Amino acid sequence: MIIPNSKTLLEVRDLSASVGSVEILKGINLTIRAGEIHAIMGPNGSGKSTLSKILAGHPSYTVTGGEVLFEDKNLLALAPEERARAGVFLAFQYPVEIPGVSNSAFLRLAYNTVQAQRGGDELDPLEFDDFVREKIKLVEMDSSFLDRGVNEGFSGGEKKRNEILQMALLEPKLAILDETDSGLDIDALRIVANGINQLTTPDNAILLVTHYQRLLNYITPDFVHVMEGGRLVKTGGKELALELERLGYDWVRDENEAARAMA
Amino acid sequence: MNANTALARGSDLGSLLRATPDSTPQGPGWLNRLRSEAAARAAQLGLPTKRDEEWRYTDLAPLLNYSFEPVRPPPLLALADIERFIIPEAAASRLVFVDGVFAPGLSALDNLPVGLRVTRLAEAWSSHEMIVHAHLSRLVNFQHDVFAALNTRSFSDGALILIGKDQRCPAPVHLLFIATSHDAPVVISPRCLVIAEPGSECTLIEDSVSLGDSVYFNNMVTEIAVAENAQVTHIKLQREADSAFHIAHSGVTLARNGRYHSNTVTVGARLSRFNLSVTQTGEGAECTLNGLALITGQQLADTHSTIVHTQPHGTSRQLHKCIVDGAAHAVFNGKIVVQQNAQLTDAAQSSRNLLLSARARVDTKPQLEIFADDVKCAHGATVGQLDSEEVFYLKSRGLDELAARNLLTYAFAAEVIAKIAVPSVVERLRHVVLEQTQHAS
Repeated sequence: MIIPNSKTLLEVRDLSASVGSVEILKGINLTIRAGEIHAIMGPNGSGKSTLSKILAGHPSYTVTGGEVLFEDKNLLALAPEERARAGVFLAFQYPVEIPGVSNSAFLRLAYNTVQAQRGGDELDPLEFDDFVREKIKLVEMDSSFLDRGVNEGFSGGEKKRNEILQMALLEPKLAILDETDSGLDIDALRIVANGINQLTTPDNAILLVTHYQRLLNYITPDFVHVMEGGRLVKTGGKELALELERLGYDWVRDENEAARAMA
Repeated sequence: MNANTALARGSDLGSLLRATPDSTPQGPGWLNRLRSEAAARAAQLGLPTKRDEEWRYTDLAPLLNYSFEPVRPPPLLALADIERFIIPEAAASRLVFVDGVFAPGLSALDNLPVGLRVTRLAEAWSSHEMIVHAHLSRLVNFQHDVFAALNTRSFSDGALILIGKDQRCPAPVHLLFIATSHDAPVVISPRCLVIAEPGSECTLIEDSVSLGDSVYFNNMVTEIAVAENAQVTHIKLQREADSAFHIAHSGVTLARNGRYHSNTVTVGARLSRFNLSVTQTGEGAECTLNGLALITGQQLADTHSTIVHTQPHGTSRQLHKCIVDGAAHAVFNGKIVVQQNAQLTDAAQSSRNLLLSARARVDTKPQLEIFADDVKCAHGATVGQLDSEEVFYLKSRGLDELAARNLLTYAFAAEVIAKIAVPSVVERLRHVVLEQTQHAS
């Protein structure tokens, strides 16, 4: 929801970045305030996932210009774990599998690490078990998934639910959901979206990165941005997503090129 | 090999021969003949060198730095001395050997499950002579293996485990081999024979531990015959002293629809070598071999496995992992042979290795030899550091670099540990793994 005068959580200013010698982001500007849901849409290769990973601190990308402020602090100066503790969360497009470590042990470790940094109470295995069994209902996950290895043998949908479960446990201020809808059947999509909706509050914000409009049938964005060639070329309300779905990305591309030709 | 070189190589064994005297001729005639034959063969073979293909990566020279002596009568231990090695699940099925000598006071055999017979080998050749004669030295051949020959020449005791037809033993049998401290280096030569009759099932834990840190050489041989429809789960834990030498050979045969599951964990000894040979002699047999070597410092851990499919419809699965830190060196050589008759064999083998330091080394050599044309076989090997994507995933959840790396290293090992079917063993090994994989900053 758009709340007048709410606090700015994320401020991206003229951000450019490359991987190796290839420039991928070419001057991104984006402001996200508390309470808002933003969606970034765009064709494959437009730089959407790169932006998500850079915000989370992935080591493969080099920021070549611009700045990113998170709650007025320089986000880019923080290590990935410091960003997580400060309240930035990335739900991965491809969550990794870690056989050998039980999901519940991993979730508790992540929860306690973040709690310790925030001055909250850490939970012992029994306390955490009660806590996580409550949270797991949010994503309609069977509790047997807690005893299995982290994401080990999980289906695509189960992995995404596990990501949202982590979001529920870590209570980020800014959650970046990278293609969370990809590989989900309609039931899983509904469950995941429902979970995300329940986690939105006036104090946090969500950045959805998606190729398709269908996730936005379940989660209503306040802003939709279209990314193309490493730039955010168009910003609108939720109706922009429907327009994109109808007209395709070529429409934005053509419009953008026309605008540039005129300038 | 001409007589001169045989003599020259045999002399390489010097102190090893002295330290493994011919066992006193108390056994039956066939056994004494077998021992003489093994003694002659050991002298002929001599100690292998790195020129020997089977020992290319493992230098046995350190064995020659010591003057080994025969083992002396072991000290009398109390149950309290070995309490930390006791496995609760096997509280009523435990055989303890101290420096290779059966320790009745430490063993627990009074309430064995029905159908399970556990006997000292030294008694078995009178009480079960036929069965011992029929199997001993048949599953581990000493003709090409000097260490098996040395063991056969001199073993004085060990275990005979007999699982009767259609009997299922819910509790594992724990064979605990304890090495004590010695003034001079000694050679210990345990021997085990496991016979699973048709339709039977059992779990065997072979556990090599140490109470001191003196130099000794544990030279073990284990033979396991799995009859039709029988199943043996074999857990081998090698946690010898850091200064010890450990060379073991397990030979397994699987009759029709027989199943053999092996879990091997190697953490101890300065130099260890484990030969595991599984031969599927009947149709539809199945084996899984899971191994973990977790070594550091100057340790060398070598695993050589051979799986031979001789009949159709056999299955084999193998996962071998090494975590190598410090200047340690791991070796894995895994051979799978699919003979011409073994159509529709389904074999998969994976060797995965994690190097935690710049000085750590691993040599891995998966080998497939396929002579049948309708089979499904896959193998692969990876050697490397931790996956950077996995490290990033954990960091994005708040874990710092060190915590992330430690967790992933632990997980790498725990995947193998978790496959062990005895909960208290899993729990204990988890602690061992945790201790060995958690680097401080």
